Amino acid sequence: MPEASVIIEVERLSKVYGSLPALRGINFSVRRGEFVVLLGANGSGKSTLLRLLSGLGKPTAGLIRVGGWEMPGEAMAVRAQIGLITHQPLLYENLTARENLDFYGALYGMSGAEREGRIQELLRELGLLKRADSLARTFSRGMKQRLSIARATLHQPDVLLLDEPYSGLDQAAAEMLDAMLAAAKREGRTIIMSTHQLTRIPKAAERALVLSRGKISFDDAIGRRDMSVIYRSASA
Amino acid sequence: MKTPFFTGAAAIIKKDLRAEFRARELVSVMGLFALLSVLVFSFALELDREAREEAVSGVLWVTLIFASMLGLNRGMALECDQGGLDAMLAAPVSRSAIYLGKLLGNFIFTAIVGMVMLPLMTVLYGKNLLDAWVIGTTVIGVFGFATIGTLLATMTVQTRAREALLPIAMLPIVLPFLLTAVRATTGLLNGALDGEWRGSLGMLAGITVIYFVICLLLYRYVVEE
Repeated sequence: MPEASVIIEVERLSKVYGSLPALRGINFSVRRGEFVVLLGANGSGKSTLLRLLSGLGKPTAGLIRVGGWEMPGEAMAVRAQIGLITHQPLLYENLTARENLDFYGALYGMSGAEREGRIQELLRELGLLKRADSLARTFSRGMKQRLSIARATLHQPDVLLLDEPYSGLDQAAAEMLDAMLAAAKREGRTIIMSTHQLTRIPKAAERALVLSRGKISFDDAIGRRDMSVIYRSASA
Repeated sequence: MKTPFFTGAAAIIKKDLRAEFRARELVSVMGLFALLSVLVFSFALELDREAREEAVSGVLWVTLIFASMLGLNRGMALECDQGGLDAMLAAPVSRSAIYLGKLLGNFIFTAIVGMVMLPLMTVLYGKNLLDAWVIGTTVIGVFGFATIGTLLATMTVQTRAREALLPIAMLPIVLPFLLTAVRATTGLLNGALDGEWRGSLGMLAGITVIYFVICLLLYRYVVEE
């Protein structure tokens, strides 16, 4: 039986694209409210793992369970609990910030009144209220990423999955993202964030998983460890 | 937990209409192509008035198909490039609802182009296409093309040669549909016996329903790995 506080369970998970294995039977679990950073070189399987966890792909073999719901059979229930942030903002350039959020709110089954209140709250929190009715295409990269965070957290998901969220962000935008992730952690959300940049591990992160050639080569608390040493030995 | 089917579909249609109303990226391109195509055919058949009148339904449908493919390619490419398709698939909304939403958006855009073509062709080709039955046939035909086009555009947009692949995949499949649409429209325009064009129109509606049901059921297999 899994621990009561476990929210994500992954067992013998494999994914093969054609004849190319991207994940080779990995096992891990994540506790509710934990902040896990997923490290690995390009092509190590980080994005594939996050796609599978978010329900965007089907595993070749193995099991994924999120909040007690199993994929792919109960994928809808899993998707409702997940907020996904990628290096692409997943926004419509010809819609305003408010219209983008309204669209995604409707896709997550939120009622009109519920959407209106939550959108206003998020835009205020993320400092986008003044630009709420501006088209997304007029936003800077940092503003788009903030709007993307609003999109992903609109439906109050239990789990946040972030795939290389710092890509293309300047220092100020990256610091703002750090602060937002720390706030999400304080709110009790479970966070799994992938990155290949060791300098971009947020202070709020508690645990590191290093992926190497589709396998987990390191899985432990970050603490005061020197991640560069671990990363080099785990990726070798 | 799961977003209601029609809530999801309605959100997608609303989003597509809103974005298109603002940017006019699809209807303007499709409309311009249709206008040029109708003019080119009109000039090419200028000398033979009889041939021009005979060819009118063929010109209408071939132009509509190619215009619709332009719109489908561009629309799905925009959706895919901005990551919208992934974001929709990550939401707890049925794949069939996503299909229905995208289909109705594509249908509305192509139908607008079709409704602009009918009066234009009436003037240029000297045949009255502003008849209620011709308009109805055009609406049914455009919906039919949109059903299969939406499915195939979703498939081809994920490939490298997406612009070239959609016509290659779509034209053989829509050929029987095209022939039926042309036959029904020609029968209507030439005042053929009721039974003849009604039969073709019934067949067009029947094929449309079959395509719609098949595509609705298949869409989830197209978007999921």
